[in-house]
Amino acid sequence: MSLIALCLAATLAGDPTLYTNAHLIPVTAPDISEGEMLIADGMIVALGPAGSLDVDRDAVAIVDCQGGTIMPGLICTHSHIGGWGGGDRSGPIQPETRIMDAIDVSDPGFRRAVAGGLTTLNIMPGSGHLSSGQTLYVKLRGGDTIDDLFILDGDDRPMGGLKMANGTNPQGGSGFPGTRGKSAALVRQAFLDAQHYLDQQARTADDPAKAPKRDLRLETLGEVLQGKRTVHHHTHRHDDIMTVLRLADEFGFEVVLHHVSDGWKVADEIAAAGAPCSIIVVDSPGGKQEAIDLSFRTGRILADAGVQIAYHTDDWITDSRYFLRSPALGMRAGLDRETALRSVTINAAEMLDVEDRTGSLEPGKDADFVLLDGDPFSSYTKVLGTWVEGDRVFNRAEPDDLLAATGGFGAGNATRPYMCCQEHHHTGGAQ
Amino acid sequence: MSSFAATLIASLLIAPGDVVVRGDLVHTVSGPAIADGYVLIRDGDIAAVGRADELVLDGDERVHHARIVTPGLVDARGTVGLTGQYNIPHDQDMLEGSKPMQPQLRAIDAYNPQERLVEWVRGFGTTTVHTGHAPGALISGRTFIVKTAGDTVNDAVLVPDAMVSCTLGPAAQKKDGSPGNRSKGIAMLRQKLMDAQHWVREGALPEEEVGAEDGKRDGPRKRDLEMEALAGVLDRQMPLLVYANRAQDIANAVRLAQEFGIAMVLDGGAESYMVLDELKAAGVPVLTHPPMIRMYEERQNAAFTTPAKLADAGIPMAIQTGYESYVPKVRVLVFEAGHAAAHGLGFERALKACTLDAARILGIDDRVGSIEPGKDADLALWDGDPFEWTSHCTGVYIDGKAYDASDCMDGAS
Repeated sequence: MSLIALCLAATLAGDPTLYTNAHLIPVTAPDISEGEMLIADGMIVALGPAGSLDVDRDAVAIVDCQGGTIMPGLICTHSHIGGWGGGDRSGPIQPETRIMDAIDVSDPGFRRAVAGGLTTLNIMPGSGHLSSGQTLYVKLRGGDTIDDLFILDGDDRPMGGLKMANGTNPQGGSGFPGTRGKSAALVRQAFLDAQHYLDQQARTADDPAKAPKRDLRLETLGEVLQGKRTVHHHTHRHDDIMTVLRLADEFGFEVVLHHVSDGWKVADEIAAAGAPCSIIVVDSPGGKQEAIDLSFRTGRILADAGVQIAYHTDDWITDSRYFLRSPALGMRAGLDRETALRSVTINAAEMLDVEDRTGSLEPGKDADFVLLDGDPFSSYTKVLGTWVEGDRVFNRAEPDDLLAATGGFGAGNATRPYMCCQEHHHTGGAQ
Repeated sequence: MSSFAATLIASLLIAPGDVVVRGDLVHTVSGPAIADGYVLIRDGDIAAVGRADELVLDGDERVHHARIVTPGLVDARGTVGLTGQYNIPHDQDMLEGSKPMQPQLRAIDAYNPQERLVEWVRGFGTTTVHTGHAPGALISGRTFIVKTAGDTVNDAVLVPDAMVSCTLGPAAQKKDGSPGNRSKGIAMLRQKLMDAQHWVREGALPEEEVGAEDGKRDGPRKRDLEMEALAGVLDRQMPLLVYANRAQDIANAVRLAQEFGIAMVLDGGAESYMVLDELKAAGVPVLTHPPMIRMYEERQNAAFTTPAKLADAGIPMAIQTGYESYVPKVRVLVFEAGHAAAHGLGFERALKACTLDAARILGIDDRVGSIEPGKDADLALWDGDPFEWTSHCTGVYIDGKAYDASDCMDGAS
């Protein structure tokens, strides 16, 4: 208890604060078993062995972490907290819709996410469409509006990707494809339309009066074609994975493969394509036919093949509060510890193009970090505190935060995602 | 204890076919853990347990070594075998929607012992499951208890009819003919139980007193599977397994059980920590929901700490894997028990909650749930703390038969 009270003593984000007596896991550098880390203005200033930092210890706030472990804030590349949204049932390809227009920041899922040590998320619409819309990358700063959580790019625009899906989830229903061949044809035609749109824009660049009417759908697909927006692609079965790679190659877009239940069957092909993979882990295979060969070994086999891997919660499919269980179950099936650590930090940051800001403990990066009371991959370990850009956003010693961490009366009713396919098929859903 | 075991083993003489399982640590659960212990298996049963230095081997026996040995895990309530991995009508037998109350449905007629998910949970140390019709109908059917082995259900069954599964609250309000709200649900249950009481009374009367003169009855009464099942509940041969999550639904269940004098077991119980005194006073054991259950609607107040709170209150409690309509199609018991262990229950009580305490509530503790001479030789072998995410189940014994149960077992190589 004293460890929590001391270490989580209130500090203001702007004030220089030295976190001492901590086991530091920088991820991109070797562990520092007895280390200290200096934070100022929401950024990491320096870290090193105990007593090694050149800092006036009388001029900074000192927080004794009493042997706790500090690692980078966890990054989930695939989350659905805050409600769903994105495309409606009017059609299978709706890149014009934005998840940012649908997120409830008061949803208890956000509090549970910081209780699990998460600091950055990719919030996605569902998998019931070939494209269900634009995703949003957020920092879990806390805030009254979704705007408070944005990560802005160089043009001050909120960062995000495009959600796409294939396999059985987007199939079925009026106006939706009924087969894999039709799904791919619809996607191919949509990208061809976007190519034409970009071409028209380019040819009329000198004469704005002749420019094509703005089209939100084609504009968004155009961003994908121009490499400005990453495709986050739900895909389970090995042949569906190959279809994604074929389309990505044909149209030259950046893609992160998500779920990849069968990824272990085509690991070499994924590696050759250079596509990163974000993996789902649930207790058992199945729940639908295309996830029948889901394996805890997927992470190890992909990593051995040279594929960059991350894990994701798919929250509400798995709860953010035990996100670290996913890489740990990967380790259970042979994944090495270093890759496991990277899979929920720097690798995930790279998949979201935020690796220059977060994902590791390095001077100059945002002070996004987690304090644990033990090894990250032990089932007994608790998150004691979570910081985003130097601000503490979760403190297990606070009763309200503890309630979010453990559940209980009043912990709140998280928004249940609409299950995309359950009404249409016997199976299907979010994952 | 250990010297007794040594005497016993000397007098037994190790016979051909005997198997010795040695563990750096043997968690008997019924007694203290034994460092460098052994379990002697003979004819499918546990013949002796003790310290390995008391064991005299003659070289003919097979010796299986593990770091940690526990009893085979007992899943207090699930649906595995009635639910299959494909999640298509072909492999989903856990719910029948034709009527809201069907206690005549037996799990033994629906269980698939060769379902891959049965093998999957065995790979994580589960050797016995209390499985059957899921929550989702006012009375969804009967559960049964089965070992996670065998080619046919006859090979595997331990208790052919265990409990009658009943659901209170919104989960029972989804199908045609189902109640539209809580009051109606309870009214329908009470009426059905009263019908059964009448049917029992009628059956006890001499034939000539029951309408023989008006032609209603001629000879022995026609049998009625539905009424017979409920009669088993009324005379306390079978507990009523009531799935209820909100505190008000739990209170309703206790009131119902007391009105009819039936033995009740609470299933789920997301808000059971709010009615601890009532549960304790009524003597109701709880098969608590998987701690990692999703929190929404009637389960919005679920907590990781519920198993610890029930145990602290002295309420008989065991951990279940529950029912999922989507993913994971089956939960892994050792993960759920481990989560409870980490949230206040602690190692010893968590291990008990997925072995001996589960067996006691299910009434099978004479056969399984602990490592004691005379019990079935159901063991789980581990290479570390079973509750650590990164440990492995390295083998399983069921009735003395070894199963290659390296977990993470799947098609990937």
